Amino acid sequence: MSITELGPTRSGPAPGGGGEPAVRAAGLVKTFGGHRAVDGIDLEVRPGEIFGVLGPNGAGKTTTLRMLATLLKIDAGRAEIFGVDVAGNPHVIRQLVGVTGQYASVDENLTARENLYLFSRLQGIGAPRARRIAAELLAQFGLEDAAGKPISQFSGGMRRRLDLAASLITRPPLIFLDEPTTGLDPRTRGQMWDTIRGLVAGGCTVLLTTQYLDEADQLADRVAVIDHGRKVAEGTPDELKTAVGNSALQLMLAEPGEVPAAVEVVRRVLGTDPIVSPEQGRLNVALDQADLAADVLIALRTAGVSISSVSVAKPSLDEVFLALTGHETDGDRGTGTQEDR
Amino acid sequence: MSTMTAPAPEAVRAADRVAAARRRVSMRETLGQTMMMAWRALKKMRRNPEQFFDVALQPILFTAMFAFIFGGAIAGDVQSYLPLMIPGILAQTVLTTCMATGTQLREDMEKGVFDRFKSLPIARIAPLAGPMVADLLRYTIAATLTFGMGLVMGYRPGGGAGGLLAAILLAIFTGWSLAWVFTFVGTIARSAQAVQGISMMILFPLTFLSNAFVPVETLPGWLAAFVRINPVSHLVTAARDLANDALVSGEVAWTLLACVIVIAIFAPLSVRSYKRHM
Repeated sequence: MSITELGPTRSGPAPGGGGEPAVRAAGLVKTFGGHRAVDGIDLEVRPGEIFGVLGPNGAGKTTTLRMLATLLKIDAGRAEIFGVDVAGNPHVIRQLVGVTGQYASVDENLTARENLYLFSRLQGIGAPRARRIAAELLAQFGLEDAAGKPISQFSGGMRRRLDLAASLITRPPLIFLDEPTTGLDPRTRGQMWDTIRGLVAGGCTVLLTTQYLDEADQLADRVAVIDHGRKVAEGTPDELKTAVGNSALQLMLAEPGEVPAAVEVVRRVLGTDPIVSPEQGRLNVALDQADLAADVLIALRTAGVSISSVSVAKPSLDEVFLALTGHETDGDRGTGTQEDR
Repeated sequence: MSTMTAPAPEAVRAADRVAAARRRVSMRETLGQTMMMAWRALKKMRRNPEQFFDVALQPILFTAMFAFIFGGAIAGDVQSYLPLMIPGILAQTVLTTCMATGTQLREDMEKGVFDRFKSLPIARIAPLAGPMVADLLRYTIAATLTFGMGLVMGYRPGGGAGGLLAAILLAIFTGWSLAWVFTFVGTIARSAQAVQGISMMILFPLTFLSNAFVPVETLPGWLAAFVRINPVSHLVTAARDLANDALVSGEVAWTLLACVIVIAIFAPLSVRSYKRHM
């Protein structure tokens, strides 16, 4: 299962960055202690697209993003942003990239307006213009009413919005969003999605990480799936979903011993092999149409294989993972969760 | 909240941005960014006034306590001990105040906003130096209160207002310089508690193994040797000369030299350690 396609053009960095990919990373590595949190990741993000990095907790998404944003040292490999070497020119990179972290990185001691004012002034914007930018961003993100309140009184969604607003002050051409909607309610989540689409409409390139397949599906033009610090697949959301079928039939057999017989039946009916999960007696069957579930169930009944539970669902990240890596998202995570420092 | 829309009517041009990007931070930008960080620290102080408790209480409490405990034993009576002791308390208070710089920096660095500071194209020294500039206010309060308490207790400095002011300024500058030591501790220690512990270990020998409270002549030779080279002793002597006699002695020069050396060593170390945290 490899949809991986990496940039064929490895031309030298053109001065001025014209026509350069927004992000080009090759063989990125980050080691924490003995643990390789990021283990040789290649990425190429094209200007003007939303690129999603999809993976479970601890997969290395945040660490990858932090290396690209100059927040973590790159242990090995090379990264360029608009043709500028990340390790060699951190100060230039910081002018090109707006970062919105997993945890809102705004100052709890200041009000929303003061936060935006501070970050504007720090980036060399004069006081009158900084005040104007703060007011504009507060209006844009629906935070006018809360502008003078301390951040400690903000809801999670409001903090995220303020955080994103703070990343947009200098209107950077590339924006990193680390799990922009994790922990948000569905309505706020939808608003955040609209905002992100608006960024791209304004000419930005967006690199976002997410744990949710549906978020990648809704937003991303292309997606890289990351697991254990490695890229396991890359493609459009449609390509990824096709890899696991449009829906998934999950079967739990009454008798684990009947797994081979069940696999045989599925192969006969659909012409494909189901994925047998590590847990005994559990089968995961990718389906092009949900209708086919009935065919499989009837064939199993005919073959005398009894089932203890059955469900048909849209493929989740778990299924994509199972299909791509052969293991589940949270089975063998171990202690490797240092990325969310 | 229907107002969450596209931020920009005109398109963002990446190539232009790369071309326009500055390669490094200029001295003027660094200064401006440091002052903005100081502005932030002052806002923070205003919203958490409890951090002024130690600055306000310690000079008052220590001045009264030490005067009555040591006064009779060391100088015969409280009145004649005050000119000796007040500059000592001044040095001690300023040092305690700058210890808080490290603790607060450590606490601050654990918050999300430091992630943003790191991701911004700003001088790496600005988030460290900014709070220290704001701390000048704390030193001023501590130094003023120390002398104020002394005056209330009957201290009549021979150096007059000018001498007092000079002593206060010297103490503030010394506090600001030594704060770099604690800022460095703040960037290397794992937690605010650890910073507190390490800072105490630095602070206690520095203040008590000095001439702040007792005349050096009363100490055994080996201890007197350390006390004589301790920069705090130089500060105390310089402050005594200034406040009591309006005398700008060589001690002032020694104090300033010690301050410059401390800054030259610990400011770069702090920035390096702060960068490594990323």
